[in-house]
Amino acid sequence: MTPAPAAPQRHSNLDRPHLLRLYELMLRIRAFEELAVEAQKEGYVLGAIHPSIGQEAVAAGVCAQLRRDDLMLSTHRGHGHTLAKGADALAMMRELFGREGGTCGGKGGSMHIADFEVGMLGANGVVSANIPIAAGAAHAIKLRGEDRIVACLFGDGAINRGPFLEGLNWAKVFELPVLFVCEDNGFAATTRTSSMTAGPGAAARAEALDIPAETLDGNDLLALESATRDAIAAIRAGGGPRLLHCRTYRMTGHTAVDPAAYRPAEEVAQWRDADPIARVAALLQDGGSGSDELDAIAAKVRQDMEEICQSAKDSPWPAEARAFEDVQDMGDPRERAY
Amino acid sequence: MAAITYLEAGRRALAEEMRRDPSVWAVGEDLGRGGVFGQYKSLADEFGPARISDAPISEACIMGASVGAAMSGTRPVVEMRFSDFALCAVDELVNQAAKARYMFGGQTKVPLVVRQPMGMWRSSAAQHSQSLEAWYVHIPGLVVVAPATPADNLGLLKSAIRCDDPVVYLEHKNLWTLEGEVPEDEHLTPLGVAETVREGRDVTLVTWSAQRWACLEAAETLSAEGIEAEVIDLRTLWPWDRDRVLASVEKTGRLLVVQEAVSVAGFGAEIAASVAEALHKRLAAPVKRLGAPRVPVSYAPPLEARVRVTAEAIVAAAREQITPAAA
Ligand SMILES: Cc1ncc(C[n+]2csc(CCOP(=O)(O)OP(=O)(O)O)c2C)c(N)n1
Repeated sequence: MTPAPAAPQRHSNLDRPHLLRLYELMLRIRAFEELAVEAQKEGYVLGAIHPSIGQEAVAAGVCAQLRRDDLMLSTHRGHGHTLAKGADALAMMRELFGREGGTCGGKGGSMHIADFEVGMLGANGVVSANIPIAAGAAHAIKLRGEDRIVACLFGDGAINRGPFLEGLNWAKVFELPVLFVCEDNGFAATTRTSSMTAGPGAAARAEALDIPAETLDGNDLLALESATRDAIAAIRAGGGPRLLHCRTYRMTGHTAVDPAAYRPAEEVAQWRDADPIARVAALLQDGGSGSDELDAIAAKVRQDMEEICQSAKDSPWPAEARAFEDVQDMGDPRERAY
Repeated sequence: MAAITYLEAGRRALAEEMRRDPSVWAVGEDLGRGGVFGQYKSLADEFGPARISDAPISEACIMGASVGAAMSGTRPVVEMRFSDFALCAVDELVNQAAKARYMFGGQTKVPLVVRQPMGMWRSSAAQHSQSLEAWYVHIPGLVVVAPATPADNLGLLKSAIRCDDPVVYLEHKNLWTLEGEVPEDEHLTPLGVAETVREGRDVTLVTWSAQRWACLEAAETLSAEGIEAEVIDLRTLWPWDRDRVLASVEKTGRLLVVQEAVSVAGFGAEIAASVAEALHKRLAAPVKRLGAPRVPVSYAPPLEARVRVTAEAIVAAAREQITPAAA
């Protein structure tokens, strides 16, 4: 069983405005997902959604530090990463509702959100498939002599597929600018990942390939930020790939409709006490923010997100003819589909 | 007879075969907690975690290890969760499972069943909705099965488990909750035998998997117009029941193949070509295929619906065969 992280530490010299921005981001991610789950109950989200509620520190601590021109590949549980990378929440919500104006025009849904404008090269419906793609994106960056980097997020379950080994090996052999981030929430769907994983996990596997790796409390925003800052600096300076193994916990089931009966209530309660957003709030209060100030931020974020959600609900369906668009140039189905 | 769901029928089939034959075991992700759709619910209680085995997310190794285990005295039932993920294990299935017996001069057989839930289901989008049965029919060495009813899911899965060849077993996700009568006694549906679901004299509808139900609905509508469609559910795609299809088209003179998969290079093309070759002179109308356009499946409901073959489309195509629109 993954141990619960330590209680928040007190920091005296906080950059409070910066932390407030990340606090707001984490609240936005949570509001987005809570409203998406609600909307699914109301029938607006037809496909599966995999919430990252409880894991927001990874998005805020890692993804929000990427430059806009850096690239990022995410997973089926990628709303937080995508918002942190700068994607538009309304377009994302529309995508979840399958509407016109969604990030992928409604063709992808939650599991295939991509926003190339902000360097978000896609969530993925196939576990581990994003890892070789990330290596390839970094390969292109190196070939073109750019100083961009690629962040590749995946779950703890993903490290048991071959593409994990192949992608990490590739990135190291070619010394590519990739930050691999294993977002370890302890579970792969309904299976406790440790029961199906030999050895200590992602960091040890990376180290076996000479990829520097660090294991972190994935609910500790400041720790994630500082480790990410160092890793990104090293990667950007041409130091090759690195891996961060972030231990966290998802507060919901695997999908929004999974009751997650396979985990003990005490374990869930323990992690609820380690809620990453509450931990940031405590830090902020410690640094001088009043609870009024924090409550006002939360209320504003929630209200904005409710408006976004409503506006997504009011968006039109894509026209049927779009089913035939963007398949391919040669042999375009709009000319001949049967 | 008792009514049970398609899902429950598959569960019963596996449980019965596991009781009967201790060499049968199942392996896949999340099986210990019932599998992603509940097809394995509580089987671990009866058979234990060694025979209802969890697996890492390692499709290639789930399949590859099952090939090894099948060549070494056991009969694995491999769960791929969604047929789309079986693509992570195609080398193990196509280059290994399907070839071992032949390549090694008959020294071994690979008795495994690969369960691959297929098809469009509630906005599952492009990576969780595919119907790739034609790929597998194309591979010598594989048996391909696609049940459409609870009774067939019971009887065909049992037969598949008893089969010494590697069987690609395609359950349709949209059928899990479908209820139907199932014999209470031992029930085996033979592989390679189609079912004539409805008799008719005017046109033969050949189908499989979930499209059986759209064809039956279409046949009702056509019947009200005085057109009697014969509906054949192939149930097994390799070997397919060629004799039954040819006999039916001899009688009706018209063939309409109905499939959910992309029509281009789909299995319907094989049936249409076989019928055209064998019965050219007996045909009263050109053979016809209905299937999806050659586009990926979308998430948005109107786009998803756009590529689905509906009962209305089947009715229209059948009418067209009986009374061609003026040229
Ligand atoms: C190749 C492949 N196998 C199986 C699945 C089904 N599946 C979707 S998410 C998931 C669990 C993934 O666990 P992990 O990588 O730890 O990510 P988490 O869901 O915990 O964020 C599984 C098995 C899949 N999408 N792709």
